[in-house]
Amino acid sequence: MKPHGSGLSRRTALKAGALAALASVLAGRMAFADANAVAAELKKLYGDKPMAEGKIKLDVPEIAENGMVVPINVEVDSPMTEADHVKSVHIYAAGNPQPGVVSYTFTPACGKAAASTRMRLAQTQDIICVAEMSDGKLYTAKANVKVTIGGCGG
Amino acid sequence: MANKPTPRVRVPAKAAAGEMIEIKTLISHEMESGQRKDSKGEVIPRKILNKFTASFNGKPVFAADWHPAISANPYQAFFFKATESGEFTFTWKDDDGSEYVAKNKLTVG
Repeated sequence: MKPHGSGLSRRTALKAGALAALASVLAGRMAFADANAVAAELKKLYGDKPMAEGKIKLDVPEIAENGMVVPINVEVDSPMTEADHVKSVHIYAAGNPQPGVVSYTFTPACGKAAASTRMRLAQTQDIICVAEMSDGKLYTAKANVKVTIGGCGG
Repeated sequence: MANKPTPRVRVPAKAAAGEMIEIKTLISHEMESGQRKDSKGEVIPRKILNKFTASFNGKPVFAADWHPAISANPYQAFFFKATESGEFTFTWKDDDGSEYVAKNKLTVG
């Protein structure tokens, strides 16, 4: 596959996506992670600590035409002061070969616990986000992304 | 990739004290996931940028640990609360041990 330059056209992007989809079909049954793998990762980090819903705004597209580049924006509601801030945010994709996507470390200097990036998704799946506050409290959020393979707009 | 990864960073040159600014970064890198196979059916070894860090006047501001699920030519945006003038240092760490660095100045006032 050609390296993706900055002048990546829509056509090459789609072609790359289609090729990747085809490759994954040809590779047969690849081992995919599932919700259990995400739970195992979280257990390693935080043990059995309870997690509350809320505080997190997880912004992902409902339908991603190209699983190679899926924008993800996460924002955690916090004053971001020395005494009360978001320490870290972990993002997992439950249906990828490996569950980890990204782990962010925030400081009060950020002023706002928000970050955006782009990720790869192998198939339609849940995105799981966990935020750790400076007082040790954990919050979680979940969103589903439908990945259309072949770009037929399923 | 034959080309050396080139970072591109967008930081406003000036900000008012207390203003929240958004920093956008992009670096050219294939982010080989270690999942793909070449034409001979052999796995292409993983080679990704695994860590991005941002610091201001030497103090850490933001960090991201990237996994293979991050897209090629990784983009990362985050926020910073401007309080004083200074310089940002952005660092990307590669699986092969190399480091790519970009620096940007910010004037507050």
